[in-house]
Amino acid sequence: MQTRRAFLNRSLAGALGMTAVNQLLAKGVISPLHHKPTAKRVIFLYQAGGPSHLETFDYKPRLKEMHLKPMPESFTKGQQIAQLQGKPLICYGPQLNFKRFGKSGQEICDLFPHIGSVADDICLVKSMWGEQINHDPAHTLMNTGSILAGRPSMGSWVLYGLGAETEDLPGYVVLMSAGRGGQMQPIAARQWSAGILPSKLQGVKLNSIGDPVLYIKNPNGLDAGLQKDSVDAVGALNKASYNDLRDPEILTRVSQYEMAFRMQTSVPGLMDMSNEPASVLEAYGATPGDGSFASNCLLARRLAERGVRFIQLYHRDWDHHGGVKNNVTLKAEEVDRPTAALINDLKQRGMLDETLVVWGGEFGRTPMSQGGDGRDHHIKGFSYMVAGGGIKGGISYGNTDELGYAAVEKPVSVHDFHATMLHVLGIDHLRMTVKFQGLDARLTGISGEVVKDILR
Amino acid sequence: MRTILFVSFCLAAAAQEPVSFNRDIRPIMSDTCFKCHGPDKSGRMANLRLDLREEALKPNRRGLAPIVPGDPEKSHIVQRIYATGGPLMPPASSHKSLTAAQKNTIKRWVAEGAKYEGHWAYEPVRRPAAGASIDSLIRARLGSIQPAPETDRRTLIRRAALDLTGIPPTPEEVDAFVNDTSANAYERLIDKLMASTRYAEKQAMHWLDAVRYADTAGFHGDNPFPAWPYRDYVLRSFHRNQPFDQFTREQLAGDLLPNATVEQKTASAFNRILRVSAEGGVQPKEYLAKYGADRVRTTATVWLGSTLGCAECHDHKFDPFTAKDFYSMKAFFADIKETGLVADKGPNAWGSQMDLATPEQAARRRQAQQAVDAAEQALAKGRTPELEAALMGRHTSGELKWLYQRPVAANAGSATLTIYNDQVPPMANTPKSTSPGNGLVIASGENPETETYAITLAPGPGKWAQLGVQAVQDESLAGLGVARGADRLMISEVEAELLPEGRKLRFTMAASSIKLQNRDQNPLNAIDGDPATGWGGSPYHDGVLPFLALRFSEPVATTAGSRILVRLRHETAFRRATTGRLRLALSPGLAMPAADATNKKHEPVDKGLSPSILAVLKKPAAKREDDDKALIARALDWTDGARQSLAVAAARARAHLDVVEIAIPRVMVTEATAPEPTRILARGNFMDESSPIVEPAIPAFLGKVGDGGRATRLDLANWLVSRENPLTARAYVNRQWRLFFGTGLSKVLEDLGSQGEWPVHADLLDFLAFEFMDKGWDRKHITKLIVMSHAYRQSSAVSGDQDPDNRLLSRQNRLRVDAEVVRDIALHTAGLLTEQFGGPSARPYQPDGYLAALNFPKRDYAASKGPDQYRRGLYTFWQRTFLHPSMSTFDAASREECTVNRSLSNTPLQALVLLNDPTYVEAARVFAQNALRSADAPTPEGRVAWAFRRALGRAPTEEERGILVGLYKKGLRRFDADPAAARAFISSGDAPGLPGANPVELAAAMTVTRAILNLHETITRN
Repeated sequence: MQTRRAFLNRSLAGALGMTAVNQLLAKGVISPLHHKPTAKRVIFLYQAGGPSHLETFDYKPRLKEMHLKPMPESFTKGQQIAQLQGKPLICYGPQLNFKRFGKSGQEICDLFPHIGSVADDICLVKSMWGEQINHDPAHTLMNTGSILAGRPSMGSWVLYGLGAETEDLPGYVVLMSAGRGGQMQPIAARQWSAGILPSKLQGVKLNSIGDPVLYIKNPNGLDAGLQKDSVDAVGALNKASYNDLRDPEILTRVSQYEMAFRMQTSVPGLMDMSNEPASVLEAYGATPGDGSFASNCLLARRLAERGVRFIQLYHRDWDHHGGVKNNVTLKAEEVDRPTAALINDLKQRGMLDETLVVWGGEFGRTPMSQGGDGRDHHIKGFSYMVAGGGIKGGISYGNTDELGYAAVEKPVSVHDFHATMLHVLGIDHLRMTVKFQGLDARLTGISGEVVKDILR
Repeated sequence: MRTILFVSFCLAAAAQEPVSFNRDIRPIMSDTCFKCHGPDKSGRMANLRLDLREEALKPNRRGLAPIVPGDPEKSHIVQRIYATGGPLMPPASSHKSLTAAQKNTIKRWVAEGAKYEGHWAYEPVRRPAAGASIDSLIRARLGSIQPAPETDRRTLIRRAALDLTGIPPTPEEVDAFVNDTSANAYERLIDKLMASTRYAEKQAMHWLDAVRYADTAGFHGDNPFPAWPYRDYVLRSFHRNQPFDQFTREQLAGDLLPNATVEQKTASAFNRILRVSAEGGVQPKEYLAKYGADRVRTTATVWLGSTLGCAECHDHKFDPFTAKDFYSMKAFFADIKETGLVADKGPNAWGSQMDLATPEQAARRRQAQQAVDAAEQALAKGRTPELEAALMGRHTSGELKWLYQRPVAANAGSATLTIYNDQVPPMANTPKSTSPGNGLVIASGENPETETYAITLAPGPGKWAQLGVQAVQDESLAGLGVARGADRLMISEVEAELLPEGRKLRFTMAASSIKLQNRDQNPLNAIDGDPATGWGGSPYHDGVLPFLALRFSEPVATTAGSRILVRLRHETAFRRATTGRLRLALSPGLAMPAADATNKKHEPVDKGLSPSILAVLKKPAAKREDDDKALIARALDWTDGARQSLAVAAARARAHLDVVEIAIPRVMVTEATAPEPTRILARGNFMDESSPIVEPAIPAFLGKVGDGGRATRLDLANWLVSRENPLTARAYVNRQWRLFFGTGLSKVLEDLGSQGEWPVHADLLDFLAFEFMDKGWDRKHITKLIVMSHAYRQSSAVSGDQDPDNRLLSRQNRLRVDAEVVRDIALHTAGLLTEQFGGPSARPYQPDGYLAALNFPKRDYAASKGPDQYRRGLYTFWQRTFLHPSMSTFDAASREECTVNRSLSNTPLQALVLLNDPTYVEAARVFAQNALRSADAPTPEGRVAWAFRRALGRAPTEEERGILVGLYKKGLRRFDADPAAARAFISSGDAPGLPGANPVELAAAMTVTRAILNLHETITRN
C-alpha cells in the first residue's frame, strides 16, 4: 500500500525513494502539496437529517406569497420526491423571519443571531444540490462522493493526502451529538470509514459517554504504570522477534503499541476541559461532559489545536418532516451560539485563517409542506455555510429559484464542494487518486469544479 | 505498480523474451491510453481504438497509421509518445505519463510486429503441460533464484492449522507432529485439518465476505433480518466438499432447481442478503435499481473476477463490457420477488421467507396449534351478544378503568429509582413539558446486567382485581426507547406482596397491549416463575406504550394503611434490558391492558375500553371486519370473569405455541415471480426510461446462454460453471491462492480485466483453474494441491533482495491473521472457545453506546451469555452499519458490499483492542488461571514457559522468559500493594474464576498472559 503523501510525489519517489522523500518533506525542503494551501485543517459541523434551507439561510419571499397554493408543476414535474410521493404538492411559506446581519447585510433567519454576528466572516452557498433523496445514501454521497458503500470518506482522503500533525491522537476525529427533538436519523460508521484506503486513515469516533475512544481505558484494576510495563514488555518481546526475523511489520507493530499508549495518556487530557475559562464555556454555552453540540464545538477547537487534521461533528435531529417551525427553533437554540463561538474562538487564536469551517447537512427540505407543518427531503437546492481557511467572508454564492426549489444560479454539486475543500487544503482533486477496480478512484468521482469565486 | 513492472521487466530481461502484449503492453495501454482510445465509445477521442489490432492499424483521415507493424518510426503512436515539440501522448490533462522504459517497450513491441493477444483472462483456460505442478511452474519462473527450504515443523503445523482452520495447534499437537517421522506425516496432518468442521468455518469466513453475508439490512435502521441459516448452508457445503458448480447453482438459482430441496432453497438466500432499505420515502424504482446493480456487482466480482459494475452508467472503459451487458446481467435477477421499500417490521417483514422446521418441530407445532384451536373454540362458544351488552355496562360503570398509582417508595439493587408524583419529570423529547409525573418512576445511575425494582404502592381502601405495569417511552432510553440497555425490554418476573400482612399475591393471567411482540416476550413469561423468560415490548412496533395487565388469583382488598409491594425482576439473558421508566396501575375490575399512545404518559386515570374497541362496538355486527371481530373477542374474553379458566387455558396454549415457534429458524429465500422488464438506464439514472428493454444475457463477448426462451438464473449459473466460461475457475483459484500466500497470483482479486494485474504466474493460475474444472470443481482438491506444494511449505525467512515483494514466491509470506482468527486464537489459547458448528449469530462483549447513532428503533446491545459468548469470530452478529468494533479494527469487512480482498492493517487501535477489549482481558484471565493450575512447575518461570508454549507452540528463549518474568514480578509488587486492584483486574468477564487462587498471584500472572496474547507473533502466521 502506498505511503501517505506518496501520491503527491510519485515521480519524486520514483527518483529518490520514499525514505528520501519523507526526509525532504520533514525538513520542509519539498512540499507534499499540489499548490499553496489556505487551510491546514477542516472542522465540519455536519447538520444531519437535512436542515431546511428555507428556515435558515435561504429567504424566499415569493414562497411566502405562494403559501398554501399548489406548487407549480413546472418546478416539480419529473423530479425525485421522497415521502410526498403520490401526495398533493402545496407551497409552504417560510415559517421563520429573516434579518440582515453585519456590514455585508447577509440575510439569515433571525433565530440565528450569533451566526448573524459573524455574518461578515462567513460565506453562504445557497446553490448546493445532491443526487440522493434518502438519508443513508445521501450521507454516503456527501461523505465519500459516491453512493456505493466502501469508498473512503472525505476525512480519510484528506488524511491520506496530508497526514496528521499529531502523533498522540488520530488524525481524523468524529464527534456526535443528539438534538432534543427526537427526529434523529441513523448514521452508519461507513460515513467515516477509510473504505479502500488503509484503515489507519479511518475516522475515530470520540464518545462523550463511556470511553472517549473505544478501548482507551485500561482494564479495571490495572493502573497506568502497569499498563506501561505491559506495553514495554510486549515491545521488548516484539523487538526480540524482529531481531530474529527482520520483518519490518514487527517494528510497525511496536510503534503502534507505543502510539496506543500515548493516546491513552493524551485523550484524557484532551477531554478534560477543567482548564477552560468560564468565559469560554459561556461563549460556547458548553457544559463539559454533556455530549452536546456546544461541548463538541469546544472539543473541536481543542482537537484543532492539537494538530488533528479533519474534525467532523455530527449534530443529529434535523429531519423535520413535521413541525418544521418548532423544530428549527429547537435546533437554533442548540447550534447557533456554539457555531459562532467556534468561529470567534478560532479567530481570536489566529486559527480561523488556517481552518476551513463547514456547516451543512446531507440535503435540504422541500418548499412544499408535508403533513401541514413539515417539509420533506429535498435535493435540488439547499444551503451550506463555509468560513475561514481562505474563504471570502460576508458573501453569499449562488441561488435557488424564487420558490427555493432548485439551485438555478451557479449550482454547486457535492463534487464541486469536495473539489473546493481539497483545493483550499492545497490538493488538486484530480490528482489525488488511488487505483481501485481498475479506476483512478478519487473523492470527486468523475466530476467536480473548484468554486473559485468564494476563494479569497 | 512500480514493483509489478519491475518484476515484469526482470522476467522479460532474465528470459530475453520478446515483448508480450498481455504481459507488457496491455497494462501500460490500459492505464494510459484506453480511457480515450479503448472500448467505451462515449469517451473515445480521434475515433481511435488501440485495444483492437485492426482498428489500431487503420490510417486516419490524414493517412497516418497509428501502428505500422515492424516500423516504429512510421507508427503515429510512437511519434506521439516521444513527441517533444508537438502534442504529447498521453496529454497532460490526463495526469498520466509514460516512463522512458514504458516508451521503449511500446517501441520494441511495434518493432517486433505489434502482435496483439486476447486479454489473458478472456482466453480459454489452457490445458497444462503433462507433468506440470505448482512447484515446477514456480521454479520455471524463479530462474537462478533458489526457493527457500521447507520451514521447520513447528512453524509448518501452525501455518497449516491457522490457514486451514483458523485455530492454532495445541502444544500437544505440535509435539506429535514434530516427532512424527513417518513419510506422510504432513499429508496426514493436512487431511485431518481439512476434514474438520473448523476447516469449513475458516473457508466459509472468506466466502461470506464475497457474498456480503450479514445479519442486518444495512441501510438506515439496519434492523436484523433472518439470514443465518444461509451461513449454515455455506458451512455444510464446505464441510462436505460440495462441488463448486453445484454450490454456484444452488446459491444463484436453488429455487429454480427441479424439486428444489430445503437446502437448495436456503442457498438461494444469496440473492436476498444484500443491503435493503426500510427508510420511509424510498422511491421504489430507485431502490430496485440499486438491488439489481448490487447483484450484478457481486456476481461479476465473485464468479467473473470482473468489474462489470463499472458498466452501470456507461460502457466499460477498459474491458469489453457494455452497458447493455450490465443490464442484461441484471435482467437474470428480475424474477426475484421483492419490493423497493422492504418492510423491517410487521407481518410482511423482509419478504419471502421459509421456515426450517424439522419434522419433529413441525409435528410439535401442529399439536400446539391444535391445542390453541381447541382452546380458542371452547372460548369462542361463550361469546354471546348478551356478553357484549354486559361489556358496555362494565365500561360505563367504570370498573374497566385503570387507576395509575402514585408510589410511596421505590428502590433497586444498584440503580436509583426516582418517583415523580407532583414533580415534573425530565423528558428528552419534550424538554419543555410541564406535566407532573403522576406516578412516573424513572431509573437512573447504574444499570447492572440484572436488576430488581421494588416499588411500594399505597392504594388506599379498595378491592383490586388486577395490577398493571406500563413501560413509558423516552428518547433517552437506549433500548428501543423503553429499556435502559440492550435491544429490548425484558421483565423476567413481576411479583407482588400485600403489606403489612406480608401476603404474597399470586397472578393467574397476563396480557399485553402490544400486538406485534416478539414471540419470546409472551406476557405469561412474567408470571411463570422462570427467570430465564420474560415479557417486554416497545412502542416502536405499534405505537402504544407496552402495558402488562396481570390478574390477581383473587381480588385484593386494601385499607387505608395497606401497601402493595411490587417487584420487577430483570434476570433474563438479555443483559441490562431493564425498565427505564414505568408506571403501575390497579384496576378494580377486569380492565383490558391499557393501550395508551406514546404521548399519554402522565394521565392519572385510564378511561376504560380503548376508543378503537368502542368504535367497533358501535358498528352493527354485519359490518364488522375480521380485525374488528378479533378485537371484540379479545375484549370479551379478558373482561368476562365467568370464562376465566377457558381464557387461561387458551393463553397457555398460545404461550406454548410461541415457545415451539421461537425454536424454528427462518431464512429469507428467493421466490421467483413474473420477471419485471429490465431497461437499460442511461447513465444509471432510474428515472430515465428512454432506453430499450433488454433480455437476460451474459456479456456478449463471452457468448450466449439459453435455447431461445427467456434465459433464467439457472442458465446463468450453469454458464458460470461451464467450461466455456474462462473466468470463474480463474477467479476462484486466484482467491484461494491468496488465502495461503497472502496475495493472489493476479494481485487484484476483484479485477482479472485489463486494469487488473497480469499474473506473474499465468501458467500456474491456468494450471489450477484447469485442474479445478477438470476434477469436477473439487474445492478441497485445489486447497490440498496448494498446501501440499513445496511453495506453501517453504520457509518465510528473507534471504537476499532479488524479489522484495516475493511475487516470484521463492519463499512463504508472513501474514497477520484475519479479524475473526485474532479472536479465535485468544479464546482457544485461553481454553474459552465454544466450538459449535453452525447456528445463530453470537454477540461478543461490545462497548455500551456503540450503537447510539442507530435509530428506528433506537437500540443498544446485549452481549450473549454462557457458551455463546465464546463462539468463533465468524459467528459474530454482523451489524452492517456498526460492525463489532474489534472486528472492524482488524479489517473485517462490513459486508455492505461484496469484498474479496481484505486489507491487513497494523494500527494503534488494534493495540487498544488486544490490550483492553474485555474479550481479551477475560481471555488473559482464564489463560492465567489455567497457567496457575496446569504449569508443570508452580514458579514464575514455569508458568511463563507453560503459557508461552500454549500460545505459540514453542518454548520461550532465555531473553523472552526474562522479560515476562520481569513483568510478572512488577505485577506482583503492584498488586501486593493494592489487593483490591488485583481483585478488580481478575473479575473481568463472565467466565468462572479459579477457586482458591490467590488474587494477587493470579492478577500478576494475568499481566503475563495478556502480554503473550498481545504479541505480534501470536496474531501472525509465519
